[in-house]
Amino acid sequence: MRLTWWKILSIILLIYTVIGGLLIPVPELSQLGETIRNLYFHVCMWMAMMILFTMSVIQSIKYLQSTDYKKDIKAKSYAEVGTIFGLLGYSTGAIWASYTWADPNNPAYASFGSIMREPKLIGAAMALLIYGAYFILRSSIRDIDQRARVSAVYNIFAYFMLFPSIWIIPRLLPSLHPGKEGNPALNFNDIDAKMRMVFYPAVIGWTLLGAWIGQIKIRIELIKEKNLF
Amino acid sequence: MKGYKQYQALVKKEVLLELRQQHALFGMMLYIASTIFVLYLTMGETEGQTWNALFWVTQLFICINAVAKSFLQEAKGRMLYYFSITSPTVFILAKITYNVFLMILMNTINLLLYTAFLGDPTTSFLTFIGISFLGSIGLSLVFTMLAAIASKAMQQASLMAILGFPVIIPQLLLLVRLSKTAFSEIFRENVPTQVVFLLISLDISVILMAVILYPFLWKD
Repeated sequence: MRLTWWKILSIILLIYTVIGGLLIPVPELSQLGETIRNLYFHVCMWMAMMILFTMSVIQSIKYLQSTDYKKDIKAKSYAEVGTIFGLLGYSTGAIWASYTWADPNNPAYASFGSIMREPKLIGAAMALLIYGAYFILRSSIRDIDQRARVSAVYNIFAYFMLFPSIWIIPRLLPSLHPGKEGNPALNFNDIDAKMRMVFYPAVIGWTLLGAWIGQIKIRIELIKEKNLF
Repeated sequence: MKGYKQYQALVKKEVLLELRQQHALFGMMLYIASTIFVLYLTMGETEGQTWNALFWVTQLFICINAVAKSFLQEAKGRMLYYFSITSPTVFILAKITYNVFLMILMNTINLLLYTAFLGDPTTSFLTFIGISFLGSIGLSLVFTMLAAIASKAMQQASLMAILGFPVIIPQLLLLVRLSKTAFSEIFRENVPTQVVFLLISLDISVILMAVILYPFLWKD
């Protein structure tokens, strides 16, 4: 295995994220407390997911331009890794929410049923459902070329329907989730300077890790389908 | 100009086909009537919010059923025939036009039966009619494209719902929210106009995407 510079960068950034994220002091806020450290994991999962889905769509567009089957494998693999990051984003979010929004031991907090109507959660659920549908669509077409073409079309169509709504819905519905105006924690004033020192490297680190996993998946797929090339 | 003539002919063919196979059209109407009758039996007179939610859910299922068959009924041989006489852009535009008209018709029937059976809790029924037409146009556009995608796969009918629901959720949310203006809910200034504008721009982007992407689905 050859470690190129960006893989080494990913390892270094993630080690920094875990150590720095747990040790560097954070501002003390009454409700959040130390749970704010989850920002380095939870938000980064969603960022990595969105970037991976974008990479998948770019590969789909490239496939339609070139009808090169390798591009289809790439699109599928990035979508798979993106889905895994999405699920991780959900689980980190659920842990976080159970301390800040929906603590069952604290009667002042909302119930889990009511927080599922959060616009950010709707957007996330839509993204995961769309890619779930994408995999089902793939598995229901046997012919390789047709599968690649049809799923590429769905990928592009769904992506361009999904992303406007992720930006639109949060502005229409009431929400507890921070970052009402779009992307939480990306605005310069959203988070403390010390946290930015960890947050930005963490986003880059997790995204690079996602791309790395995606690459390994692509290589495995290419070996499996060796007889096609 | 040649494209326009083909477009006219294709729309006309869809209408003729529908009129000749009346069982499908009447089947749709019966579907609407029986759905609403079941709602009437189980719910009785309903108040605003429930009425609104139920209306859009029935609208969604009517759309899936009405639009799905537009591609599913095309046999493979016939697609080959279209392939030889016309271009994909003209073909998809004709399908879209026809489906929008069909959906507006179904929408009218749905509205009529809804008010007949479940009453009319709206404060401004005209606003609600306008919003429902806007909504049915949006729904039929999205589902035409999805039917085109699903028609290439196995188990087309169930696949359409799977592919369609996540894509349609944002539009439905916008529509349900917008139709609350017809129940005299107070909105911030300009919000309803913004939402209408948003829905129209979403519709335009769906048409654009259909025109760009359909040629890739078309060739087998």
